[in-house]
Amino acid sequence: MDTLNNVVPLMAPQLITEMPLVRVQHLYQTYGRVRAVHDVSFDVYPGEVLGIVGESGSGKSTVLRLLNLQEIAKGGIFNLNVPSLQGENLLACDRYRRREVQTQHIGIVYQNPHLGLRMHYTSGGNVAERLLITGERRFKTLRDVAEDSLAVSEFPLDRMDDLPMRLSGGMQQRVQLAKAIALKPQLLLLDEPTTGLDVSVQALVLDTLKRLQQELTVTILIVSHDLGVIRTLADRVMVMRNGEVIEAGLTDQILEDPQAEYTQQLVHAKL
Amino acid sequence: MNVLSVKNYSKRFFIHHLAREISAFANLNFDLSAGQFLLVSGANGVGKSTLLRCLYRSYRPTCGEALYHSQYGVVDLASLADVDMALLRKQEIGFVTQFLRPRPRITALQLVSEPLLLQGLSAEVAQERAERLLDSFGLKTDLWHAYPTTFSGGEQQKVNLARALIRPHRLLLLDEPTASLDVQARASLHRELARLKTEGVAIMGVFHHPEDVQDLLDNSIELVLESVDREVEHDPNLLVK
Amino acid sequence: MSLKELAHPASDYSYAFLDAYAKRELRRRILKGIALPGAQIPYASRELPIARGWGTGGLQATLSLISPHDTVKVIDQGADDSVNAANLRRFITRMSDAKTTTDTLQATLIQSRHRIPEEILTEKQVLILQVPDPEPLRRVQSDMAKSREMHADRDYGQMWLVLYEQLVRFGDYVQGASYPVMVHNRYIMSPSPVPRWDNPKLHQAQHLTILSAGREKRLYAVPPYTNVYPLEFDDVPFRVENQRGWVCVRTGIQNKFMNEIPQADGSSIFEVSDTGYVSKLIQRDANPATGTTYFDDEGSFYHDGYLK
Repeated sequence: MDTLNNVVPLMAPQLITEMPLVRVQHLYQTYGRVRAVHDVSFDVYPGEVLGIVGESGSGKSTVLRLLNLQEIAKGGIFNLNVPSLQGENLLACDRYRRREVQTQHIGIVYQNPHLGLRMHYTSGGNVAERLLITGERRFKTLRDVAEDSLAVSEFPLDRMDDLPMRLSGGMQQRVQLAKAIALKPQLLLLDEPTTGLDVSVQALVLDTLKRLQQELTVTILIVSHDLGVIRTLADRVMVMRNGEVIEAGLTDQILEDPQAEYTQQLVHAKL
Repeated sequence: MNVLSVKNYSKRFFIHHLAREISAFANLNFDLSAGQFLLVSGANGVGKSTLLRCLYRSYRPTCGEALYHSQYGVVDLASLADVDMALLRKQEIGFVTQFLRPRPRITALQLVSEPLLLQGLSAEVAQERAERLLDSFGLKTDLWHAYPTTFSGGEQQKVNLARALIRPHRLLLLDEPTASLDVQARASLHRELARLKTEGVAIMGVFHHPEDVQDLLDNSIELVLESVDREVEHDPNLLVK
Repeated sequence: MSLKELAHPASDYSYAFLDAYAKRELRRRILKGIALPGAQIPYASRELPIARGWGTGGLQATLSLISPHDTVKVIDQGADDSVNAANLRRFITRMSDAKTTTDTLQATLIQSRHRIPEEILTEKQVLILQVPDPEPLRRVQSDMAKSREMHADRDYGQMWLVLYEQLVRFGDYVQGASYPVMVHNRYIMSPSPVPRWDNPKLHQAQHLTILSAGREKRLYAVPPYTNVYPLEFDDVPFRVENQRGWVCVRTGIQNKFMNEIPQADGSSIFEVSDTGYVSKLIQRDANPATGTTYFDDEGSFYHDGYLK
C-alpha cells in the first residue's frame, strides 16, 4: 500500500452510527508452505455489499471459506455483531458451535452448485433442510418457507420438487441462494455466484441478487474475479493478491482511480 | 452558509506502468453555498470532470480538503472514511453523469423510482413522482415500462436525470448532463435546476453548453491547463470570477 | 459314537460359554448403553459356534446376563419354533442351565429377532433384540466416522430431510421395519427390523431393552421408562401398519400383529405372529393366563395419546 501516499489518507468512520456487522482482524491461513491468507483485516457494515476481487490464488475464496467457518483458520479474529454472538471469536469455537453459527447466521452460495447442494434431494428439500437443522417439525411450514425462499430467489415454484441435477446452472444457483437465505441470515457469502453461467443468465442472477439485497437488507460479501459483477453489486471493494489486501475503497473509486500498481494492472487489463 | 468549502485541492494521477505522474488540477480554492450554482468551465481534458469526481470520491484527491456541511456537521470529503462517504452519497450528495447504467429487466420507471424505494417511500408515491419527472423530461409514456438497455442515448439520459433528481440532495454534482439531450429535455433540466436552487440545493456542474444554464449561475470556476503534462507536477492557473 | 460322547463335558466350558472377561466387558458395555439411552456402544464381539448374521449379537447379550435362575424365551419373527430360535434356545440352555419357556409372562430374558411380543413386559423382564445394522444414519451417511460425528453433534437434519422427501414423493413415510426413533430426545436409534407395530412398545416401557449387533459389534439399550418417539412431523403423524379387519385364522382375534399368508387363489389368510400368545389362547381351557397386551382388542395402544 506504499503508493497510497499519493492521496489524502482516510480517517476512521465517524458518521456511520452502527457498529460493523463483520469484523475481521489479522486473518491468517496457510496450507503447508503456501500462505493463502496473510494478515487480512476488514469491517463490513450492516446492509453493505463488500466485494473481494483478485485473480486465482489471491486468497479471496479462502477468506470466504474461513468466514463460513468451514475451515479452521491458523490465526485471526472474526466477530459477528449479533446479540447471541457478542464478543465471540468465531474462528476459535468448537465444531458444534461452528455448525450452529453457520446454520443460523451465515448463508453461502458456491460457484460450483455441487458444493452447496445435495443433488439427490429435491430443490425444496435442500432449502427445507436448513429449517430441519434448527428443529422445524411441521411439514406445512417447511413447504411454505421453502416456497417463499425459492420465490425470493426467483426460482420457478413448479419445479420445487425437481432434483437440482435436473436443473440448469442458473436455476441451481437460485436454489443455492434460496437455501442460503432460508433462515434469514445476517451475513450472505457469495463465491463467484455467476461465474460459469451463460452471460444472459448471469445478468438475471445478478439482478436477483441486487433485488434480494434491497428487499432483505442482508449484508453481503461477494467474491469475484469479474469486475462487472463487482461494479453491479458491491458498494466497496477489496483487492487481494497472494493472500494480502492490496487496496480497498468505494467500488467506483477502485475501478476508476486505482492507486496501487497491481490494481491498475487489474483494472486496465479488463476488456 | 457554505455547503462546500474547498481548500488547496489537488489531484495527481500516478500511472505505475509509465512511472509518470499526471496532474489534473492543483491548489484549487472555492466555496459553494446552499442554493448556489457553480459552473466548472475550461477546455476539453483540463480536469473539470476530474474535479467533480474527486469531490464525489470516485477519485481520491491527492491533497487539500473539501469541507462539506452535512446533516451530521462539517466533514472533510477528502479524508472521509469510505463507509461514511457511501452514507453521504446515499443520503445527501448526488452525482449525475452523462451515461446511464441500465440493468437487465429493470424498466425505466423502476430505475427512476428505486432511489425513493430505497429510502423507504411507498411504491405508489415513488412511482407517481417517477412518472412526473419522466414526463417533464419528455420521455414517451410507452417507454416507461420498457427496458432502457434498448433506448437511444438521449432517452437513456432522460432516465438518468430523472433517477438522479428524484430525491432531494444537499449537494448535486453534474457532469455534462445535457450531452445527448434534445431541446425540450434541456429546458426541463433547466427548470428542475432552478427549482432545486430555490430549495437550497448547492449545485456544481460541468456543462457542454454553458449557455443552457447561464442565467442560473452564481459563480464559476475555470480550470486552465498551462502546459503539457510533464514528469514534474505543475500548477494550472485558475480564475475565479 | 454319539455327539454327546464327542463333545466336551459341560464342565469344560465357561459358564454360558463366554469367558469371564467377555462377560465382564459385555456387562460393562451394556451398563454404558443404559447410561446413554440409544447411543451405540462398540464392543469386542466374540467368536461363537453360530455364524455372524444369525443372532450372535443378541446371543452375547443373553449369555452375559443369564443365570441358572433365569427362564429364557427365544423367538424369531415371533415364532418360538423357528429353526434358528430353537437352535439358539438349545444352545443357551445347554450352556447356562437356565429354564426355557414359550410363555412371555414366564420369561425373565426374551431374546428376539425382529419382533416384540404382544403381552406387556414388566420391570422383571429384559428384552434382547437381534440387530443386523445398528446404524440408522447409514442411508444418509455411509462413512461410519462421519456418522459417529453426526451422532455426537446431534446433527440429524438429513434424517428429517429423508422423511420430507418421502412425503413429497410418496405422500407418506415409507420405512416399514426398522423405523428410526428418537430416544430420550438425544440419539436417533434403529429399533432393529421390528415392524412399525412394535415401535410404540419401546416408549416408556417397564422393561429394559437391549439391542445388540454381533457382526457390526455394537450394542445399545433403552432403559425402562424412557421416551422413545418415532421420527415424524408434527402435522404428519407416524402410523402403525393398517391391519384393520384382519382376523387370525387360528384364534379368531383381531388387532394383534399378523402375518399375511397368500393363498393359491390370490386371497390371503392371516395369523397372529406371536406364536406363544396364540398357543396360550388356543389352550385357554388348560388355563395358561394371558397378560394384558400393548394393543387392546379394539386396537388402542395402552399409552393414551402416543399414537395419533
